[in-house]
Amino acid sequence: MSAHEHDHSHDHDHSELSEIELRVRALETLLTEKGYIDPPALDELIETYETKIGPKNGARVVARAWADADYRDRLLKDATSAIAEFGFTGRQGEHMVAVENTDQTHNMVVCTLCSCYPWTVLGLPPVWYKSAPYRSRAVRDPRGVLDEFGVKLPDDTEVRVWDSTAEIRYLVIPKRPAGTDGWSEERLADLVTRNSMIGTGLALDPSELEDAA
Amino acid sequence: MNGAQDLGGQMGFGPIELEENEPNFHAKWEERAFAVTLAMGATGSWTLDASRFARESLPQVTYLTSSYYEIWTRGLEKLVLSNGLVTEEELKQGRKLEAAKPVKRVLSADAVAGVLAKGAPVDREEHQPARFRVGDKVHTRRMNPEHHTRLPRYARDAVGTIEAIHGVHVFPDTNAHGEGEQPTWLYGVLFKGTDIWGPDSDPKLSLRIDLWEPYLDLAR
Repeated sequence: MSAHEHDHSHDHDHSELSEIELRVRALETLLTEKGYIDPPALDELIETYETKIGPKNGARVVARAWADADYRDRLLKDATSAIAEFGFTGRQGEHMVAVENTDQTHNMVVCTLCSCYPWTVLGLPPVWYKSAPYRSRAVRDPRGVLDEFGVKLPDDTEVRVWDSTAEIRYLVIPKRPAGTDGWSEERLADLVTRNSMIGTGLALDPSELEDAA
Repeated sequence: MNGAQDLGGQMGFGPIELEENEPNFHAKWEERAFAVTLAMGATGSWTLDASRFARESLPQVTYLTSSYYEIWTRGLEKLVLSNGLVTEEELKQGRKLEAAKPVKRVLSADAVAGVLAKGAPVDREEHQPARFRVGDKVHTRRMNPEHHTRLPRYARDAVGTIEAIHGVHVFPDTNAHGEGEQPTWLYGVLFKGTDIWGPDSDPKLSLRIDLWEPYLDLAR
């Protein structure tokens, strides 16, 4: 259960709206009346992140990096421009860096100070990414965190944690699963989960894909 | 500032709450809070750094007991008040009582795609050479400013190695407080887990933190 659901149990005495619902409504009404915001623009912002910008973007980038060695090199050298080849540019992706998982190294991304996240390729962050348990522990005990995500790494794998303290946004390129030789980019993209691009998951094994279908 | 936002290394928050097929928004008001915040940001009345400071300077208890978009909402209320865009009374009544203050722009629906695709890059022209080179050992400053800063507490007074030079970026410590962008060199700094957390740390852990030049000195 997430935090807001707890909130819903309160403040039902005068109205069906909770305190935060009333607060947000008052703020939106006031700012609209003052002419600072235009409600159709708000609808457009919501629609964009609900339907156009999300982890499917990042999955296409990773799939191409797996399928095309030249693209992988461009992505590792200058991720901002390599990702822009797909048209994924702008807000919370202005300065991108891609980091690659290997047999020796596992990368994991956090923002301990707020909720910095690469919106252009992953969309909006999930609640757990923005929450105190993840932000506090990812930098000190990443293996313990990974354990909660069901990810076990060999003891000799180096864990690199990237704390997004500036405006650089990090995209993890997960390891390409075995048994995917000759797959098209479209098929490969189905193996790339959001969490695998944050580093709290691994790419799906082809057998898991069949299970899901 | 040493606020509740500075969570790295804190203990006692319990397990991570995972949610299957999590939606972007869990309620209508979260959608509106998200969009109102972005649209107000687009008016150009404050910087992204100022909005981060508005959230992190909430009382610690409020920060830690509020949901994410509730923190955004409370931060936005502070920003519209402190920038003179609304009055306390207007906020209380939820309606306009006084003339609006001019803003730089109002985001329209047809401008949304373009504004998002453009983003707001923070890299700036170099005016002086970088003080550090890749491979230099650096010592993060011991500091506890009351203003906005992006040097987390867990990484203060620690020795690391310059691994990347990202260019000259807007400096949040001043940009959050109306003191200008004061762009300065930004570095990717590598820390060994043991150099941050001590001998009990996982020996195979390393950390990468992006840090601005004023946070760093050459290590002796």
